[in-house]
Amino acid sequence: MQKIKRDALVEKALSLLSDGTVNRVLGWKAGEFDYDITPAVFRDAESLKNDFVFSDFCGANFSKYLISETRKDEGKVLVFLKPCDTYSFNQLLTEHRFDREKVYAVGIPCEGMADISKVKAICGDGISNIECTDDKLIVTTIYEDKPYEIAAESVLAERCVTCKSKKHVAYDELIGEDGDVVESARFDEVAKLENMTADERFAFWQEQLSRCIRCNACRDVCPACTCEKCVFNNPKSGVENKAIADSFEEKMFHIIRAFHVAGRCTDCGECSRVCPQDIPLHLLNRKFIKDINELYGEYQAGAEVGSRAPLVNYTKDDCEPSEAVERRNGKDA
Amino acid sequence: MRKCSLNAIDALFAAIANTAELYLPVDEQDGRASFKKWENGTKWSEALNTVRSPKDFFFPQTEDLVEFKTEGKKIEIIDTRKEAEDFVVFGVRACDVRSFDVLDKVFLSEPCDSYYANRREHGIIVSVACTRPTETCFCKTFGIDPASPAGDITAWKTADSLYLEANTEKGAKLLAALEAVTEECGNEAVEEQKASIEKIMNKLPLAGLTTEAFGEGKTDKYFDAPEWKTLSESCLGCGTCTFVCPTCQCYDIKDFNTGNGVIRFRCWDSCMYSEFTKMSAGQPRLSQVERFRQRFMHKLVYFPERYGMFSCVGCGRCLAKCPISMNIAKVMKTIGGKKDE
Repeated sequence: MQKIKRDALVEKALSLLSDGTVNRVLGWKAGEFDYDITPAVFRDAESLKNDFVFSDFCGANFSKYLISETRKDEGKVLVFLKPCDTYSFNQLLTEHRFDREKVYAVGIPCEGMADISKVKAICGDGISNIECTDDKLIVTTIYEDKPYEIAAESVLAERCVTCKSKKHVAYDELIGEDGDVVESARFDEVAKLENMTADERFAFWQEQLSRCIRCNACRDVCPACTCEKCVFNNPKSGVENKAIADSFEEKMFHIIRAFHVAGRCTDCGECSRVCPQDIPLHLLNRKFIKDINELYGEYQAGAEVGSRAPLVNYTKDDCEPSEAVERRNGKDA
Repeated sequence: MRKCSLNAIDALFAAIANTAELYLPVDEQDGRASFKKWENGTKWSEALNTVRSPKDFFFPQTEDLVEFKTEGKKIEIIDTRKEAEDFVVFGVRACDVRSFDVLDKVFLSEPCDSYYANRREHGIIVSVACTRPTETCFCKTFGIDPASPAGDITAWKTADSLYLEANTEKGAKLLAALEAVTEECGNEAVEEQKASIEKIMNKLPLAGLTTEAFGEGKTDKYFDAPEWKTLSESCLGCGTCTFVCPTCQCYDIKDFNTGNGVIRFRCWDSCMYSEFTKMSAGQPRLSQVERFRQRFMHKLVYFPERYGMFSCVGCGRCLAKCPISMNIAKVMKTIGGKKDE
C-alpha cells in the first residue's frame, strides 16, 4: 500500500549517515512476524541494510522518542516522519520539549497503515507471512494452502480511515510528493456520541472504560503526555493509583488525561492504537478538539510551531463560559 | 473418558453451574474474549485465548487485605478476608494452566499467602486443548503440551463433541456430578486430535525457540550484556506486558485513607514502572534498561534459580499486545544467541 519503498528510505539513511549529517537513524526494525515491527535506533550501515523495514505495519509515531534521543550527547539523529507525525513534532517544539538542532527530519508520504486485528478478523490465526503490495495484503497462514488476498483499504487502521492530513507540516527534507490537508469525517463518531442522551453516553463510556487495565500505555505513548513526572505516578500527589480500585478511578484517569492534553492533542491516534483492550480513547480527545473548533474557531494543534492554543490564549472574541453551559442546556432540553 | 455432544453443551454448563459458579471465555466486541460468569444462554467463545489471563481469579488486580478503624484513641483491626465459594474456571488453555503452577510457587511457599491459597483451594480448573494455536504461541518452548493441558479436568473439543477426562480428585468429583449430561466413551477422537495438534505445533513460526541458553546460573553471563540497551531503547515503560502476563505476580501494598481509618489493599505493580519497589532510598532500578532487564531475567534466570522452573509459559499475550512489539521471544533470540565468552 505504501508508495514509498523501504529501499528508498534505507538509501536516504545510508547517504545521510555516510556524509555525516546524522550519526544514527530512528526507524522501524523487522520483527519475528511481518507485522510486529519495533521502533529502533540504527547506528551503522549494516544494521540498516539487514533490519530496517517499511511496510503497512509501521504505524508508530516517532516524535516523542526525540525527547530522549536529543538528550543523548550524540550529535544529530535522523527521524522519518509520516504526515500525522509531523503535527506531533511541531507540537513538541511549541512546548520546547526537544532541541530541533539535534534532529534531521525526513518527511515520508503515507498511504495509511494497516490494523493487524482487522487482518486477523479476515484470515484468522496462524499468520506465517504478509506481503504488502500496492493495493493488497497477501497473507499466508499455517492453516490454509492458498494465501488470502486482502484489499489494503479494507484493513486500514481506524485513525487512517479518518486521516486528517497527507501534508507534512515540518521537515528538513521530503521524500516523494507532499499531500494536502484532508476533509475527513473524523468528527462523525463524536457527533454520534453527542447525539446520545447523557445516560446513554455515560453507559457507553462506562462499558468502554471498565475494560481498562491501567497499563498506562495510552499515556506513555502519547506525544502530548511529556511530564517529567506524571501526577498519577507521584506518590506525593495523593492521586497516584497503580491499579483500578473502583470504576470512579478508571474514569478519573482517562478524563483528567483528556483534559490535560486538550488543545495540545494533535489527534495522532496513538492512544487507541496501543490500547490492549481496544478502548476508543481518541474519541475523548477528539470531542475536545471539536468543542474547541466550535467555541473558539478552527484550531489544529501542531499545524505550526509556536501557535497559541485557544485554551492558553486570550482574545476579546473568546466565548463566555456561559456559552458552553447554554450549549449544553440546549442539547439536553 | 466421558463426552458430551456440542449440541447439548448448554446442559453441561448448566450442570456445572449447578455445583459451583462457572466462568468461561465469552466473546466481547471486535474479536476480544474475556472470562465471564456463565448464565443461561451464555456462549463459549471460539477465540484462542482471552486478553486478560485467568490469573485474575486467584490473584485479582486489587484486593483489600485488612481494614483499620479509629475512634478517638481506639483502633479496631478488621480482617476483611472472606472464605471463597467453590468456582469453576472452564476453557483454560495449557499455557495458562501452567501459569498457576508458577503462581503457586510464589504464593504457596512459606509464608503462604492465605488470600491466594483460599481461592486456589476453591477453584476448579477445566482446561481445553488448543486445536488452532497461533503465530504468537510458544508454549512448547517451556515444555507445555497444548494437546494435553493439565488442570483438574482436561477437555478436548472436536467438531461435534466435548471430551472430558479428570486428572485430580477435585476433577473426578465434578465429572461425577456431570454423569447425567455426559456418556462414557473411547479416546480415539482425542488421540486423533492430539496427533493433529502436534503437526500444527511444528509449523508455528516460533517452534524452534528454545530455553537452552537460559536457566539457573546465567546471571553473570547476561546481566551486563550490551544488548539490553538496544532491546529496551524504544520501551515505553508502560505496564501492558506485565498486566496481560499470566505469571507476573509483583504487587504493591498501599493504604487508602477512609477519613476515620485505613483500608490496606494490594494491587498489581509492574517492574516497568518508575515507582516500582521504591523505598526511602529511591527506586533501585534507575533507568528503563534496568527495569526491562529485570522483567526478562526474572522469568528466564532468577525464577528458575529459586524455584526450578521458568516463569514464562509462552502464551504470547505480550507478543500480541506490546505497543512497540518488543517481547520475550525477541529477547531470548538476541540475548540467548550470545556465544560463551
